[in-house]
Amino acid sequence: MTDTAVMHARGLERHYSVSGGLLRKSRTLRAVGGVDFEVVPGKTLAVVGESGCGKSTLARMVAMIEEPTSGTLTLDGREVRPDSWADLRQDVQIVFQDPYGSLNPRQRIGTILMEPLVINTSLSRAEREAKARDILKLVGLRQEHFDRYPHMFSGGQRQRIAVARALMLDPKVLVLDEPVSALDLSIQSAILNLLLGLQDRMQLAYMFISHDLSVVRHMADDVIVMYLGRAVEKGPKEALFAAPKHPYTVALLSATPQADPGRKKSRIKLEGELPSPLSVPPGCPFAPRCRKVQPRCRAERPELGTGAHAAACFFPDNSD
Amino acid sequence: MTLLRIRNLSVDFATASGSFRAVDSVDQDVDTGEILAIVGESGSGKSVSMLAVMGLLPWTAKITADEISFDGQDLLNIGTRARRRIVGNDLAMIFQEPMSSLNPCFTVGWQVKEALRFHLGLDRRARHARAIDLFEQVGIPDPEKRLSAFPHQLSGGMSQRVMIAMAIACKPKLLIADEPTTALDVTIQAQILDLLAALREETGMALVLITHDMGVVAETAERVSVQYAGQKIEEQPVVDLFERPHHPYTAALLDALPEKATERMLPTIPGVVPGQFDRPAGCLFSPRCKFAQANCRTTPPPALGPELGYARCFYPLNTGERIAS
Repeated sequence: MTDTAVMHARGLERHYSVSGGLLRKSRTLRAVGGVDFEVVPGKTLAVVGESGCGKSTLARMVAMIEEPTSGTLTLDGREVRPDSWADLRQDVQIVFQDPYGSLNPRQRIGTILMEPLVINTSLSRAEREAKARDILKLVGLRQEHFDRYPHMFSGGQRQRIAVARALMLDPKVLVLDEPVSALDLSIQSAILNLLLGLQDRMQLAYMFISHDLSVVRHMADDVIVMYLGRAVEKGPKEALFAAPKHPYTVALLSATPQADPGRKKSRIKLEGELPSPLSVPPGCPFAPRCRKVQPRCRAERPELGTGAHAAACFFPDNSD
Repeated sequence: MTLLRIRNLSVDFATASGSFRAVDSVDQDVDTGEILAIVGESGSGKSVSMLAVMGLLPWTAKITADEISFDGQDLLNIGTRARRRIVGNDLAMIFQEPMSSLNPCFTVGWQVKEALRFHLGLDRRARHARAIDLFEQVGIPDPEKRLSAFPHQLSGGMSQRVMIAMAIACKPKLLIADEPTTALDVTIQAQILDLLAALREETGMALVLITHDMGVVAETAERVSVQYAGQKIEEQPVVDLFERPHHPYTAALLDALPEKATERMLPTIPGVVPGQFDRPAGCLFSPRCKFAQANCRTTPPPALGPELGYARCFYPLNTGERIAS
């Protein structure tokens, strides 16, 4: 789309081999199958979908935790491959969902924050501490928190610490894997504000993984909707929420409860459940649950078209 | 008609560092056939008060109340045997994590039939037929085959359907659903909420929905009770609550919803829910409240009348002309 993007992905795929048991052949699970996207500084790309749609696998590939099976990922024009991971990792950092599980309970906050600097830079101890204290202030924590342990903090504060740790190496891209899902409503808005403020100040590019459409609607600039490892719809936030094209996006939007009791309910009931990713139906993966399904959908797989707002569907809604 | 009546319920937990009050003088009525939602953040005591009704709290919990009665029977001073005849029969509960609420060692069919055997005393053939009926009622495809499935063979949505089938097996008068859809995806959540609402229509049972999701409340409930730090701070019919919240906490919570945002920065509630050691002397919300006055910090406010949503507040919001006149 644009040349300002800091990260480009083309046809990103990740397969897992699943053992079928003692006598059966092992099978291939396509967790992510052919996803393209760009991440732009100062902008948020949101990835939404239900559990098992491959959004976390995508995040792990971007954060260089897992190697793509095929496809290319470039960061600032340099290709991201396992042999260049060590150099590039500084620029891409990740914040996980569970702030209780992602901080080492035996380390003080200061140690947690300084560890990335010990590994990746040659700063002196005093410089490391100064930097950690700066970042601590930036995420809205106090100086005395530097010497405390994670168990002394609430969930919201822990998530601030996780964000602080991700910022220690001045990354260009921040991958946020369900950063507010584990938090209470009154804490959630404070963390979202923190993320928005940091983005404005540091021109960070966010990849925001979430299943909560009302949060995505507030945070995102561009949205990718995933279903069974594939992008089924992609577009700017306003267009996608105002005029969703793919029937799955339409159903997802109508299934999301809205905090407005006076609103007229016209929920599109989605029958059935997500099929096992081991036996993805041929043709359109959404066909078995789709209310507009035609014989063609079961035989042929629709491709995600090009263009700013595209949907992988033969019979899209709201088509222009 | 009042089905469940709770007056002045408090629950204290004995912890290593002293006693901790999880539920603090809560009054709650549930009428026959209604859907009541109890909302609150984690630690607000919303689950604990209902577990106290069910008699499912551990021995470390000390329950005190003026009254807990269900369908004319006193649940406060009831013996264990008598309680077991009510719980699972007229009074049933489903939990947040369907995967961990089912026993992994037995087939789901066995687990559903156990309730039928214990409470209704049906014979083997009748139990089997009833179990198939129940599975059909909750929308489990191929019920005959699914009866012999083990919990690990079912998805989250299916496990929750099994839990609901088990809970409605004896046609309860009241079903308590504790965060029934929190662990599920939105499209599955919509299916489960529709199922619960349909079962209410069909059987006329009352439903208590414990949740933290304001969207679920708005779409499902008829009446809403808001809890904060163990206290019930407000109760109103659902439309009124969203339009005219009286307690500042309810108002702040509704403002913090991202979907209500008008600007890039969301309104926030400063501070955190008070814990065991920093419980304020006066109103529990006063340290975080932007309307708090001096007396809020020293004196606990009593609950106001029904016209002000029973709000525990000295300075309720949206009072309109009723106070002005």
